[in-house]
Amino acid sequence: MSASAASGPGFSIEPLGESALLLRFGEGLDAATNARVHAASAALQAAHLPGIVDIVPAYATLALHYDPLAWVDARNGSPSNHVVAAVRAIFETPQTATPHKAAHVDIPVCYGGEYGADLDALARHAGLDAAKVIARHSAASYTVAMLGFAPGFPYLLGLDPQLHMPRRASPRTRVPAGSIAIGGVQTGIYPTELPGGWQLIGRTPLALFDALRDPPSLLVPGDRVRFVPITTSEFASRERSDRS
Amino acid sequence: MNIDVIKPGLLTTLQDRGRFGCAMLGIGRAGPMDEVAMRLANALVGNAADAPTLELTLGGPRLRFEAATTIALTGGEFSVRVGEHDVEMWRPIHVESGAVVDVGAARRGTRAYLAVAGGFAVEPMLGSVSTDVNARLGGMDGRALREGDTLVVGAGESAARIGMQRASNVRDTAAARRTRDARSDGSRQTWSLDPRPWFDADANVPIRIMRGSHFDALDAASRAALFDAAFRIHKDSNRVGFRLDGPRLALSEPIELVSEPLAIGTLQLPPGGAPIALMAEHPTVGGYPRIGQIAAVDLPRLAQRRPGDVVRFAEIDLDTAQTRYLERERELERLIAAIGERLAR
Repeated sequence: MSASAASGPGFSIEPLGESALLLRFGEGLDAATNARVHAASAALQAAHLPGIVDIVPAYATLALHYDPLAWVDARNGSPSNHVVAAVRAIFETPQTATPHKAAHVDIPVCYGGEYGADLDALARHAGLDAAKVIARHSAASYTVAMLGFAPGFPYLLGLDPQLHMPRRASPRTRVPAGSIAIGGVQTGIYPTELPGGWQLIGRTPLALFDALRDPPSLLVPGDRVRFVPITTSEFASRERSDRS
Repeated sequence: MNIDVIKPGLLTTLQDRGRFGCAMLGIGRAGPMDEVAMRLANALVGNAADAPTLELTLGGPRLRFEAATTIALTGGEFSVRVGEHDVEMWRPIHVESGAVVDVGAARRGTRAYLAVAGGFAVEPMLGSVSTDVNARLGGMDGRALREGDTLVVGAGESAARIGMQRASNVRDTAAARRTRDARSDGSRQTWSLDPRPWFDADANVPIRIMRGSHFDALDAASRAALFDAAFRIHKDSNRVGFRLDGPRLALSEPIELVSEPLAIGTLQLPPGGAPIALMAEHPTVGGYPRIGQIAAVDLPRLAQRRPGDVVRFAEIDLDTAQTRYLERERELERLIAAIGERLAR
C-alpha cells in the first residue's frame, strides 16, 4: 500500500520522500486552516512518536520528518506505512492533548521615516494617510502562521485587507534586521539583515533571532502578535537595552 | 592540538550530520552533501559517525598539523600530499607533528571529507556544528574556512578504543574482506577501502526520483521529458540546490501554492521551467510545485556531480526507495563496524 493520498480525519497524507510525511489540512492562506495545523503540530509533539526528527508547520500543511530506521518492523510493511498508521491513530482517538497554548507577544515598532522606507508608498497604495496605516497595522492581532525563509522569520496572518500590497518590483539587497514588512496579504519581520522584496513600513528594536539565546527565536509557530507603535527615541533606548 | 589553515580551499566548511529539530523555527539542517563519505571518513579515524569533519569542494585546503595524529579523506577523487608524499584517500593516514597536508583539485567528483582522530572541537550551535553559510550559523562563525584560521582537534576517544568496542559486537566480517591492501607509503595502516560502492561520479547513471506532490500537474510533454531528457547542472548550483538546465518543464495549467515544507532531494519547479534539486542547505519551506523527490540513496551521487555534468532521472516508487535506503544503511553499518575491528588490530 502506498502512503500517497492516505487520509485522516480532516487531513490527507502525502509522502515527502523516504523520511518525511506531509499532512495537508487545506490549500490556502486562511486562519482557520492554519489553526488546525498548529493544533495538529501540538498533538504530534505531545505524542512523542519514536524517531521524529523535525515537525514543521506551514500555512496549510505540516511536515513530519522521521528516521526510517526507527520504523523498521521485521514482520512486514514499510516504515512509511507504519508512520502513517501511527499518525492516524493519534488523531482517531479523542484529543486528550492540551490544545496549543499560544503565547501573546507585543512587538514595539517605530513606523516610517528611516525605519520604514515604504510606509508612504503603502499609504498611497491603500488610499490612506500614514497615521491611519499605522493605526490599522497596530490594531490587528496576528498569528505566526509559520517561520521560514531565514531562521526566525515569522510569516504573520491577520493583515487588514486595506494594507495588502504587492512586493517591490526589484528586491533590496539589504533589508535591516528588525524590519516590519508587507508582502502581498502577509506581514513579517526580518530577523537579521537579509535581501528582500517586501515593503518596509517600520522596525522593531527587539532581536527576533539569536542563535546563542534560549529559546533562539522570539516567536514560534502559532504565537499571537500585536504591534505597538513607539517613537524614534523609544526605539533608540529599547535598542540599547535589548542589545546590551 | 591545533591545525593551522594555510590555504582554505575553494569552499571548506565544518559539517557534522546536521542540525535537526529546529526546522519549525526556519533553521535548516545543513550537514554534509555526501553523508556516506562523511560517515566513512569518521569511521576510518575511529570517530563516531556524527563527529565534525571538513567538507572540501573542488579545490582542497592546505593545513599544518601541530602534533602527530591520524586523518582520513573520502568522497570525490582529490590529490592529497602529506609533506612530500602523495597519499591515498579512503584509508587512515598518519600525519607527523608539523606536517603539512595539501589537498589539491578534485580529479573526479566534487566533494571530499577530511576527518581527524578525535574530531574537530567546535562549540555546537543549536545542537550541531554544521556550517549553514546562508544563515551564518555553526562551524567557524557560520562561514567557510579562511586563511589564518586555527582548527582545534577534540580530545575524543582514541581510534583504537572505539575500534575495540565495536569489534566486540561484530560477527560479520564480510565487509572487512572488501578492504584491499594498498602500497605502503610509510603510513601505519597498509589497507584502504574500496571506494566503488560508495563513490560514483558517473554522470551516465540515472538519478532515481519518486513522483512529487505536483507531478500530475505537469503537462504531458513535461512528464515525459522529466524521465527522457538529459539535464545539465547549471553553474549557479551550490549547497542550497542544483539548478538543472534542459527542456523547460511546464504545468498544464497554473496552480496557486502557498509555502509548504521541503526536504533534501525535493525537485522544485520555479516559473522559469528549470527544476531545482534541493540539497543540504535547502530552505525549510517554499512555494514552488514539487514535481519529484530524489531517492535518498542517490543523493550522495548527485552531490558528487559538478556544474556542467549531465543528470538523467529514472522513476522509483516510495517502497522501493525506502527498502534501498534501509539496505544501504545496514551495509554501511556493517562496513563501519568492520573498519572499527580492523583499526583495533
